[in-house]
Amino acid sequence: MANKLYDDAVSALEGLLFDGMTVMSGGFGLCGIPENLITALRDSGTKGLTFISNNAGVDDFGLGLLLKTHQVAKMISSYVGENKEFERQYLSGELQLEFNPQGTLAERIRAGGAGIPGFYTKTGVGTLVAEGKEHKEFGGETYILETGLVADVSIVKAWKADPYGNLVFRKTARNFNPMMATAGKVTVAEVEELVGPGEIDPDHIHTPGIFVQRLFVGKNYEKRIEQRTVRQAA
Amino acid sequence: MMAWTRDEMAARAAKELEDGFYVNLGIGIPTLVANHVPESITVTLQSENGMLGIGPFPYAGEEDADLINAGKQTISELPQSAYFDSAQSFAMIRGGHIDLTVLGAMEVSQKGDIANWMIPGKMIKGMGGAMDLVAGVRKVIVVMEHLSKAGDPKFVPECTLPLTGRNVVNMIITDMAVFERSDRASLFRLTELAPGITAEDIANATTAAYLQ
Repeated sequence: MANKLYDDAVSALEGLLFDGMTVMSGGFGLCGIPENLITALRDSGTKGLTFISNNAGVDDFGLGLLLKTHQVAKMISSYVGENKEFERQYLSGELQLEFNPQGTLAERIRAGGAGIPGFYTKTGVGTLVAEGKEHKEFGGETYILETGLVADVSIVKAWKADPYGNLVFRKTARNFNPMMATAGKVTVAEVEELVGPGEIDPDHIHTPGIFVQRLFVGKNYEKRIEQRTVRQAA
Repeated sequence: MMAWTRDEMAARAAKELEDGFYVNLGIGIPTLVANHVPESITVTLQSENGMLGIGPFPYAGEEDADLINAGKQTISELPQSAYFDSAQSFAMIRGGHIDLTVLGAMEVSQKGDIANWMIPGKMIKGMGGAMDLVAGVRKVIVVMEHLSKAGDPKFVPECTLPLTGRNVVNMIITDMAVFERSDRASLFRLTELAPGITAEDIANATTAAYLQ
């Protein structure tokens, strides 16, 4: 069986990167983002990237790191409100942006990974999102055609993996990671913990290893919290 | 002139909850609805980033970076909690499995259109899950101030801002009044007034056509 294990983010990305490529990156806000891979991508200097990610990070963390260095030419996202630098680059015309409703974005990625080139949804009918798209009626309701998305490379973050690339995610850090793992021509996963063969109950695997080509244990996870909210002890 | 506070608006929205409902609450005033769920009923809150059964904020020291709501706030688990990916989350929303959503808005039209995601040239935050929610959830309640910060009516004949959804709103709760409609072919009807607010006050603060 081919070895999927790599030492770190730099070695796991070796030979995969080129200017103008499309990258999918898992995470919701800063939750469940591939921290090590984002840093390695920044350090690689790869430019002109099309980035598919629900959010754009914050100014000094997550995808914000790649915006600061102007490596991103286009973002496909649903919400970028946490990133001032993003707003500045977009309003000045340096950065292209394609907003997708969050559910449409998730389904486009799921479809892309599942070999489905397009699907109809009622999300966005009658809005800017529907402009230029095919409209079709089903059962008296109007739907629009949305297309599947794939990427040259998907970078995802999981909690645990075994050497076969089977992945388990933790709590709400799952979010976009499982679909993105299916939609990359090559999928690179970073994990907090690598366990031995057979240590993950096959019934508990979220992403089967067939979707993961390269894998490594990440280092120095910051796992930054955007909004720390607590309640008072009773 | 008196009006409802943010908390009172949230409490009014909470009266629409029914036992067994699955509910998605937007960011801002809608989030406060969770504080007013009557003890006699059980509702399950959905967070579109991938959780059913949102629990209260954690105690200090128990925050978990892997456990947040759609507003990126730290939260906690409940016995009925379940986690899932974003595609499954929106299968719940788009597929009509969520009973009710409460959202904020910048404008609502008399035909039930809602605008809440973009101000051209000024604000480019994005729609997040709002377009999916208004398209797929069975009952859509908007909670918003009756007037904008500039003093302009927000319940209007036609939205001027880019839409989030067309003909999707069932109920509007403002700091001054409640408007409801029985179906999506009807105009809204003014059904409640905040303390100290008269029907005339509403007429003066509203450009949308509505039934009395």
